[in-house]
Amino acid sequence: MTDTTPAAGAAPEAAPHPLQVLADRIVAVRGADVVDTRIAYGELTVTIRAEAIVDVVRFLMTDDACKFSTLVDITAVDHPERAARFDVVWHFLSMYRNQRIRLKAAVAEDEMVPSLTGVNPSANWFEREIFDMFGILFSGHPDLRRILTDYGFRGHPLRKDFPTTGYVEVRYDEVAKRVVYEPVKLVQDYRQFDFLSPWEGARYILPGDDKATPKP
Amino acid sequence: MMDADIRQNTYDDGSRDALTGEQRIRNFNINFGPQHPAAHGVLRMVLELDGEIVERADPHIGLLHRGTEKLMESRTYLQNLPYFDRLDYVAPMNQEHAWCLAIERLTGTVVPRRASLIRVLYSEIGRILNHLLNTTTQAMDVGALTPPLWGFEEREKLMVFYERACGARLHAAYFRPGGVHQDLPPALLDDIEAWADAFPKVLADLHTLLTENRIFKQRNADIGIVTEEDALRWGYSGVMVRGSGMAWDLRRSQPYECYDEFDFKIPVGKNGDCYDRYLVRMAEMEESTKIIKQAVAKLRKEPGDVLARGKITPPARGEMKRDMESLIHHFKLYTEGFHVPAGEVYAAVEAPKGEFGVYLVADGTNKPYRAKLRAPGFLHMQSIDWMSRGHLLADVSAIIGTMDIVFGEVDR
Repeated sequence: MTDTTPAAGAAPEAAPHPLQVLADRIVAVRGADVVDTRIAYGELTVTIRAEAIVDVVRFLMTDDACKFSTLVDITAVDHPERAARFDVVWHFLSMYRNQRIRLKAAVAEDEMVPSLTGVNPSANWFEREIFDMFGILFSGHPDLRRILTDYGFRGHPLRKDFPTTGYVEVRYDEVAKRVVYEPVKLVQDYRQFDFLSPWEGARYILPGDDKATPKP
Repeated sequence: MMDADIRQNTYDDGSRDALTGEQRIRNFNINFGPQHPAAHGVLRMVLELDGEIVERADPHIGLLHRGTEKLMESRTYLQNLPYFDRLDYVAPMNQEHAWCLAIERLTGTVVPRRASLIRVLYSEIGRILNHLLNTTTQAMDVGALTPPLWGFEEREKLMVFYERACGARLHAAYFRPGGVHQDLPPALLDDIEAWADAFPKVLADLHTLLTENRIFKQRNADIGIVTEEDALRWGYSGVMVRGSGMAWDLRRSQPYECYDEFDFKIPVGKNGDCYDRYLVRMAEMEESTKIIKQAVAKLRKEPGDVLARGKITPPARGEMKRDMESLIHHFKLYTEGFHVPAGEVYAAVEAPKGEFGVYLVADGTNKPYRAKLRAPGFLHMQSIDWMSRGHLLADVSAIIGTMDIVFGEVDR
């Protein structure tokens, strides 16, 4: 970023930040569905209840103060240590008001999220992708198939407990004259270095350090 | 697999078509791709055809899925940068730009002025690279063979500029968090300017080849019409929106880098069909050429550093030879990498194909906790069923071409 663009997150003190105005408006109208609003790095994040997403989005798309016409992105983030494991994240853009908003909802592994395809057809593939990558189910989605992974793929790759190497590998079998699937066999174990400095970054006990006590 | 649908028309007088066993007509399913030259790489699309009319298109994507987002979670921020070249490999630096912007916003890094100008310069070169490929190969998809040959000649020259800046013709890894990797040699600026002076002539030549060409017009005009409403409904961005008459360009509406000080116009289409989008792309190349010239002029006047010297960028080479701290910093930067404060940010750039965005969730370590790459082509691709329905089979390739699909970014 250059100094000519407005600095991220810097809200002028005198007039209320337009994002703050927007946040207040959303809370005023759909307060029951909103868990939290936050402005950070010049972006508005509204945390909502997952089951209210369709109503909230319908409001955001039709309300004159919002007019979030375009669905930019839907994605998810996996936090395996939490009870509600996933965060589903929606990004919207208003080409008319030149604003962006991020909606966020925590979802447990066995919970379903209402699909946005009825409100906005472009949600279709995004939701398929999340289903593919995270295994989150969307209720009311017309065609919840896998999208990016192979036909017959098992598991959900972007979950944190899915190994980066995967479970199967493919090769062309000269005898069978076709591509065969086999369990992954690595000549050398897949090693993942984190390079974190033991003085500042690393919060775990280094391998072989039997004198260490767990850090808080 | 295919249901045998029997058409038996009834008429006003109550009579019906006589049918014999041989007359049964059913819709025909074909696989368009993944080896079809107009499938732009690895698209497998199952088309249901009624005669030559497309009734349904079911794209099967993911044949180029490399799990970039998963891989990124186990690599440092800097190691992740080259993955962005491999998304939309037609205009690599524009993707890197989004990644750098995301990191810079989280770390609060201010990019030096000269680096900012170089980024604008190379983003526009990338835009021309992309539009040259797209307009000319789309022409090839609808039957013209000469345009891609002419277009690739110019692309070749531009890739030489890429090479002279960063050493790589395609996978540049040139934009870095905090600036760009190397300064440009003065001779390169001269050559870029000379090229920018000559390029409008090439564009004019391309116009004579295509713009009023009877076949080209017949194949593109009124094909794949997108209205303003449709563009919003399907989440389009970039030329797909501008072709439908909306002057939406992130460079103008949400200026990043120093685009706000450049003088350029935003071409918009009127009818929202393939032909208008072609015209918009051609006009955008002209505008990009203007930006390139302005950027070169500014770069001549403003020498300076091209990397924000600090924690997230390497020390100057000379200092490393003298200064112990710089050496340590260099070593730590390229092993451990820099740490990005916890937070989440969505950074988008106006890539040639549309809005390319990165949603970055950082947890304060040296690796991204999650990075989602928002590719414009993904949304364009998903609307192909809606867009090609009712068109002829031959129009499908025109539509895929006009959507500017590159599977590197769709499949990620």
